[in-house]
Amino acid sequence: MSFDIPDDRRYLESHEWALETDDGTVRVGISDFAQDELGDVVFVELPDDGDDLQQETEFGVIESIKAVSDLYAPVGGEVVAVNDDLFNAPELVNDDPFGDGWMLEIDPADTDELETLLSADEYEAQVA
Amino acid sequence: MPLQTPPLRGIHDERGAKFTEFGGWDMPVEFDSIQTEHEAVREDVGIFDVSHMGQIHVTGPDATTLMQRLTSNDVTRLDVGDSQYATITDEDGQIIDDTVVYRLPDEDGEATYLFVPNAGTDEATHERWISYRNEFDLEATVDNQTDEYAMFAIQGPNAPALVDDVTEESVTDVDRFTATTATVDGVECWTARTGYTGEDGFELIVPAGEAENIWAQFDCQPCGLGARDTLRIEAGLLLAGQDFDLESNPRTPYEAGIGFTVALDTEFVGRDALESAREDGFDEELVGFQLIDRGIPRHGYDITNTDGRVVGTVTSGTMSPTLDQPIGLGYVPSEYAEPGTTLQVVVRGQSKKARVETTPFIDTV
Repeated sequence: MSFDIPDDRRYLESHEWALETDDGTVRVGISDFAQDELGDVVFVELPDDGDDLQQETEFGVIESIKAVSDLYAPVGGEVVAVNDDLFNAPELVNDDPFGDGWMLEIDPADTDELETLLSADEYEAQVA
Repeated sequence: MPLQTPPLRGIHDERGAKFTEFGGWDMPVEFDSIQTEHEAVREDVGIFDVSHMGQIHVTGPDATTLMQRLTSNDVTRLDVGDSQYATITDEDGQIIDDTVVYRLPDEDGEATYLFVPNAGTDEATHERWISYRNEFDLEATVDNQTDEYAMFAIQGPNAPALVDDVTEESVTDVDRFTATTATVDGVECWTARTGYTGEDGFELIVPAGEAENIWAQFDCQPCGLGARDTLRIEAGLLLAGQDFDLESNPRTPYEAGIGFTVALDTEFVGRDALESAREDGFDEELVGFQLIDRGIPRHGYDITNTDGRVVGTVTSGTMSPTLDQPIGLGYVPSEYAEPGTTLQVVVRGQSKKARVETTPFIDTV
């Protein structure tokens, strides 16, 4: 089984991705590998706009039918957007983990933190 | 200890199954997705490999006495081909395991039984039967045949038609909770109209060496233990080790809502304790509930009353694929057991409103 690992973004070992957007925020979601491991996603619990996150600390919870898993912030900063669509359609995480299944946008406190994340190649080596 | 593997471990792996440890066995948990597999069983037909279930064979002049003394139900009600749900209880009437007992065709003129204990309990159960037989000097042969058989469940509204197509003999006249010997691809299989999904269907007990050919005869959605769990929760059926557990959550059949498995007019281990329990009443019982707030109940979460006082524990919970609602089972004091009662389930420190519901949660056969 092979998984999509787009190289336009960076990854945490705990399977979250971080994508720098044009306006300087960092969009966050989980990888194709992670959604496949979880199976049918049925619930997500996300922070509120304005919450402050620290890098590699828990920001929410994702539940599939069979498992509960914590979500970790790839970078620290203020939450500036939350994907509300996931509350009514959590299956978007399965259907389109790198697109419509995104979870948060963070205004990064320190953009250097992005450099500490895994590249697509490094992440691929981890999940291979 | 290495995991036991079902005969078709390799076939399932090739098919792309994910596996999980369950009761000491390495079993497929998911072939495609739990949702897909669950829907197939509710709307069409699916096949499960349940070879982790035990098979213990009992025959001989005292086979009926031995079965009667060690299971809570009344095996003398069984004619050849009948089956019955029963519990195995200890002296205190607490459930050790639950099981289905089949009366097989007589062997050498003696009543003969096959019963199906849960995954990983077959050795202890076999020992229990042997030691009781020896203690009371009963004449019966008790064989643990778990490794000799695979077991498949074909479940769903279209399961009877599919099984009927695959078997040489017609099986459409086989009633619920009865069984017959039917031939699949030249191999005789014990074919019982039983299951663990709330749907119609059959369970086949097949020789391990023939398992691959027989599995291949059934052209339908393969399903894993994940869907098996969501299906049985919707049907309000208990899972040993989760909804009762002699070590961590000992329960009588009355508390567990399966008092119909207790035949007090028979002599069995635990009978006297259960008679007292029934006369004295019991303080707690298993209820079904639905979460009204967003969240999913899971095994071990606290149940509180509306004042926030802990009154019980969730034993099983999931997002119901059929209802698209979070549902669960748990023990609460009888005063909270009435359907419609408002309770709360504590999910990661937050109280989520829940409502007691009648089980099964869905229409079942």
